[in-house]
Amino acid sequence: MLAYLLRRILYAVPILIGVNLLTFALFFVVNTPDDMARMQLGIKRVTPEAIEKWKQQRGYDKPLLVNSSAGGAGKITDTIFWQKSASMFVFDFGYSDDGRSIAREIATRMGPSLAIALPTFLIGLIAYVGFALLMTLFRATALDIAGVALCVLLMSISGLFYIIGGQFLVSKLWHLVPISGYDGGMGGFKFVALPIAIGVAGSIGSSSRWYRTIFLEEAGKDYVRTARAKGLSELRVLFRHVLKNAMIPILTGVVVVIPLLFMGSLLTESFFGIPGLGSYTIDAINAQDFSVVRAMVFLGSLLYIVGLILTDISYTMVDPRVRLS
Amino acid sequence: MSFMPVVLWSDALMFLLIATGSATAWYIRRREHLLLPWRRVAQNATAMVSLLVLALFLLAGLLDTLHYRAALPQSNGGGKVYSPEVLSVFDKLVEPLRLQTEKTYSAPFAVTLYAKESISDAQGNVLRDYPRLRYGGAHLADAAQRDGDVLKRALLGALGGLLAGLLVALAGRRWLARRSLPLRPLLSATLISAALLGATASLAAAYHVLGTDKVGQDVLYLSLKSIRTGLIIGTVTTLVTLPLALLLGIAAGYFRGWVDDAIQYVYTVLSSIPSVLLIAAAVLMMQVTIETHPEWFDTAASRADLRLVFLCLILGVTSWTGLCRLLRGETLKLREMEYIQAAQSFGVSSLRILTRHIVPNVMHIILIALVMDFSALVLAEAVLSYVGVGVDPSMISFGTMINAARLEMGREPMVWWALAAAFGFMLVLVLAANLFADAVRDAFDPRLNRTEGAA
Amino acid sequence: MGDILNVSGLVTQLRNGTRIVDDISFGIRAGETFALLGESGCGKSMTALSLMRLLPDGVMHAGGAAQMEGVDLFGLREREMREVRGGRMAMIFQEPGLSLNPVLTVGQQIAEALALHQGLHGTAAQPRCAELLAQVGIPDAARRVAEYPFQFSGGMKQRVMIAMALAGQPKLLIADEPTTALDVTIQAQVLQLLRDAQDGSGMAMLLITHDLGVVAENAHRVGVMYAGQIVEQASRAQLFAEPLHPYTQKLFAALPDAARRNQPLAAIPGNVPPPGGITQGCRFAPRCDRAWALCSEQAPEWTVVGEGQGVRCHLYQEPGIRIQDSGVKGEERGHPSPACGRGAGGEGGSTLNPQSPLLQVSDLHVHFPIRKGVLQRTVGQVKAVDGVSLEIPRGRTLALVGESGCGKTTLGKALLQLIPPTAGSVHFAGRELTGLAVRELRTRRAAMQMVFQDPYASLNPKMRVAEILEEGMAALNIGNDSAARQTHIDTLLDQVGLARNAKWRYPHEFSGGQRQRIAIARALAVSPQLLICDEPTSALDVSVQAQILNLLKALQRELNLSYLFITHNLAVVEYIAHEVCVMYLGRIVERGTAEEVLRSPGHPYTQALLSAVPRIDGEGRSHLHDDGLG
Repeated sequence: MLAYLLRRILYAVPILIGVNLLTFALFFVVNTPDDMARMQLGIKRVTPEAIEKWKQQRGYDKPLLVNSSAGGAGKITDTIFWQKSASMFVFDFGYSDDGRSIAREIATRMGPSLAIALPTFLIGLIAYVGFALLMTLFRATALDIAGVALCVLLMSISGLFYIIGGQFLVSKLWHLVPISGYDGGMGGFKFVALPIAIGVAGSIGSSSRWYRTIFLEEAGKDYVRTARAKGLSELRVLFRHVLKNAMIPILTGVVVVIPLLFMGSLLTESFFGIPGLGSYTIDAINAQDFSVVRAMVFLGSLLYIVGLILTDISYTMVDPRVRLS
Repeated sequence: MSFMPVVLWSDALMFLLIATGSATAWYIRRREHLLLPWRRVAQNATAMVSLLVLALFLLAGLLDTLHYRAALPQSNGGGKVYSPEVLSVFDKLVEPLRLQTEKTYSAPFAVTLYAKESISDAQGNVLRDYPRLRYGGAHLADAAQRDGDVLKRALLGALGGLLAGLLVALAGRRWLARRSLPLRPLLSATLISAALLGATASLAAAYHVLGTDKVGQDVLYLSLKSIRTGLIIGTVTTLVTLPLALLLGIAAGYFRGWVDDAIQYVYTVLSSIPSVLLIAAAVLMMQVTIETHPEWFDTAASRADLRLVFLCLILGVTSWTGLCRLLRGETLKLREMEYIQAAQSFGVSSLRILTRHIVPNVMHIILIALVMDFSALVLAEAVLSYVGVGVDPSMISFGTMINAARLEMGREPMVWWALAAAFGFMLVLVLAANLFADAVRDAFDPRLNRTEGAA
Repeated sequence: MGDILNVSGLVTQLRNGTRIVDDISFGIRAGETFALLGESGCGKSMTALSLMRLLPDGVMHAGGAAQMEGVDLFGLREREMREVRGGRMAMIFQEPGLSLNPVLTVGQQIAEALALHQGLHGTAAQPRCAELLAQVGIPDAARRVAEYPFQFSGGMKQRVMIAMALAGQPKLLIADEPTTALDVTIQAQVLQLLRDAQDGSGMAMLLITHDLGVVAENAHRVGVMYAGQIVEQASRAQLFAEPLHPYTQKLFAALPDAARRNQPLAAIPGNVPPPGGITQGCRFAPRCDRAWALCSEQAPEWTVVGEGQGVRCHLYQEPGIRIQDSGVKGEERGHPSPACGRGAGGEGGSTLNPQSPLLQVSDLHVHFPIRKGVLQRTVGQVKAVDGVSLEIPRGRTLALVGESGCGKTTLGKALLQLIPPTAGSVHFAGRELTGLAVRELRTRRAAMQMVFQDPYASLNPKMRVAEILEEGMAALNIGNDSAARQTHIDTLLDQVGLARNAKWRYPHEFSGGQRQRIAIARALAVSPQLLICDEPTSALDVSVQAQILNLLKALQRELNLSYLFITHNLAVVEYIAHEVCVMYLGRIVERGTAEEVLRSPGHPYTQALLSAVPRIDGEGRSHLHDDGLG
């Protein structure tokens, strides 16, 4: 089993290198730093000097891959690739356009992001699985059909609507919580309650339906019939047999997103003014701050790969076939 | 000629899709076993009603895809001069909606603007009141007659629509019955939508049914124009997804070995980047390219259009991995099937095995994935436009409508109609697509439709 | 002594009203095994699930009663029914691999039944679990209680299933094809275990099977099912001595064995009708060669013929006819028929064939690497085929016999070069095939073709029959133009007994037997000299199996084909093979003429294999206690 995990971790390294090369190509090869400078400074009134200055400020005035003018190790290290892309492996993300350290920004913004994302994830998981189990228990009855119809309706509604509608109803009409803002500590509850509620409501349709499909698939298997033939009640069959087996496909989709919770949610954070990584990203996109976007791409895929490894570990917990072989 | 046809990139791709779709339909029609699952779809009432709704949306989208530039009255030394504005057949059909713009916001069915302004009356007194609209309800002498007039027009329109719908229904009835389609739900859906369309058309002639936006444009017009953008995002993207996923997926599954390793590596790398971030990064770079090459575009429309096409491309490149993984898994299963081993024992070439044996047997997965993806893509467009990496801000789409209206959220009283219209249209489109997709999945999924083998 | 279970007029139907179980009545006494015998799709499993009230969605109980020790099962509330399930009435299923929960230990799964029906909870149940496992013959039971199903072999899993069923000390055990998924030697052990369990407890058993051999081994009384109805009911002895219903008679006659080597099997024409397929008259009438006008007009009533014996056939409604016909039947059954001696003798004499062999395999190895560790290094080899040598002369059949996992299918594919052999030589028609380049190999492909096991997986569902048949010809450039190929396709369809217009249809329109005919035609399309038949009849019903075996025999005579016949079914071997190789763990442990190997096996494995095969010799087995019968 240890060898299995070790292999999975080793497998992650080339993936990260791939992501790194891909982002490098996307940010520096598709368009040259000159193009980016021209775009940011405005096409018309741009002078070569201004471009040079813009590039120098950001450290984009170096050769891409090989610096022939430098000596020794500098041939490799004194390049854009080494300083901007490869350096991300040691979490050196450089500085954003407003001169702040991206790494420090990430560290301080993770907290607020988690404060929203983690409760959303946990409450959501319980709610969706519960709803799906309910539909499975009453499968092929009117309750189930109505539940599925509700799911399809809910998943046909744009995610933006949940946010805008929720803000309008809860904050503007009923004045229950402030419309946006954030505060650490216990006082922050009034700020995070609505984003969490909306986050949970936003994907109840698609998620519950997905879980229902998984449960139904398991419920149709032969061992479930065996369990019924033993005289177990439908509830026990569902919880002891179906749920336990359904954990395997559920984990595949669920565990992988846990590390990504750090990244927060783009939409929720920007609508509710939460100073997390999601709003950081969206601000960077709007300001066309390439360094930040690049850093977030790398961080996101790193967390995703951590999620893949966690998924593998979680299999060993629920599936004896993986654990014991 | 008083106009010059314009084929934008997205138009061309749309035509390509329609041609492919028709060719496939023609091919399927002649093959009973391929037709079989479609028969199951056709017998599903929900699916057929959804299809009817989708067809109406598609009609609007298609009319909006036939673009042209009108000739201007002046001439340039014998040569005609065409307007720089690219219009579509749809624009021409609803010309009044497009041209009758007010000054700024007005509520649905309003006869006055939404905000008080200083107006001077006949006596030259300046007073603050809600000014009458230029077009909305302009035929009314007294604003108080509005409710009665709206009711009358709605009823008349609905009646007209109903009559037209009845004619269509009578004509189509026998055809439907012969194909054992669900008659009653389809007929009632036809009548309801005909009445609704009739009422809307009759009302839209005199009022802004869904109000107007900040610059006074009719929201109904904007909503209808957004349909095309949504359809293009939802369908053209598949032109990219499909070949990539199909080719790489079955190649990985069939050849295994290093081919599989390489393809798996590529899609793991791509899918490890959170999709919004990857799309954002790619769109940012595309923006740079477009900004630095203004000489590529002769009209604003073609620029916005190319950005739309690129967006589809980017969405496609970032979203093929899921389907690819599915196809790889299915191919791994299929390649162990005995009929493929039989073909191998004849020495049939790999290419032939792939095209004759594998591809036809994974088509149902592709189809299910495509119809399922459509609604997700329509919804994604709105979110991406909000994030700032969607369509060009000058292009009318659900995303840009919501984005613009969102800024007015804080206004008291709230300007709600643009948001409501965008969300409403999106809901109907996506819901119909989802319901149809469900029916297609149920009809094509072999696990749900085991053919009873009489042994 | 009253019946433990009494079923009367049971009807089970689909939601649209199609009856899949139609008016079934029988009774089972304590200590007795009642077998429901029938081919696939006849409704026997649905009967069992009806009694357990565990019918799948869309299928429902629609009439009739079932009394279990005087309690009407269909009158119970669901709560009360749960007490019965696993308690007084337990059930085991066909696929032991799928019927156990993969993520719970076997101990936990048995303990569930103990907690529900014996009131044993927690640690108190542990000793009982181990005891039950030991009772069903699992060695080291105390330790294995804590293991998961995947750590058990197929036969062991079925033992666990039985232990679980016995946990509630049931009065009635329903066994739904309990040994169908198991190898022959394991099957014998499991059948023995079921008998032992019954002896110890006086438990009644409803045994559902398609296998006459299993009936002969374990049943006291038998109900023969056809198309949702019981067409005949009798004690085992009565049934095997003198089957009454034409269908039962045909089933016996369709069984292959050595005695019928030189004659075609009495196959039943046509296929089992789908549920609801026949609404008028006797359901067997279209396939019955003794049907007369009345049969297709009026459904026959149940006729009691003798003590505990009844039949649903018009032939027996007038007592006079019965006597007369049964005389005819005795001969038809042909048990110790005159053909036996002659056939066996004739075959025995022709074993020495002067011809040079068509296929000569020597010391063939197929190994698969086992990879382990961080870097997936090869740490060992699975020797799927480990030094096999064999030869097949022209026009002869070599049967390759072995149980699942012995490497026989791998060997077949290695001969076709579908799996590259690790070492050894395959010499075919004077040419060496191993190590040939792809292009050279292609020209040789036509001469050797394969017929696969699963008729549902061996035809591409998206291709017409004509396209399927043409594929090989096109790939190997046989037939000059498409017109020539079309004529050839017509000839092929004639040869395998399908209508010519079949070529415009798709595989899903055909039954399993017809599909197997198409698969044979596909192989014949390129005029091969050798056919590798990989269990070609094991997925088919007995009556259809006979059709295919007849076809293969006729084709061999006509075209002088050689067969490598891969199978686990020794009766088929006896019927069709000239020579036999017995394969065990990748090696051939015994070879010889069919006569030699099957009559006087030398290797202990062959002996074990042969003794495990249930025999249908019409005589009661000594191990069957007839005291259960009245």
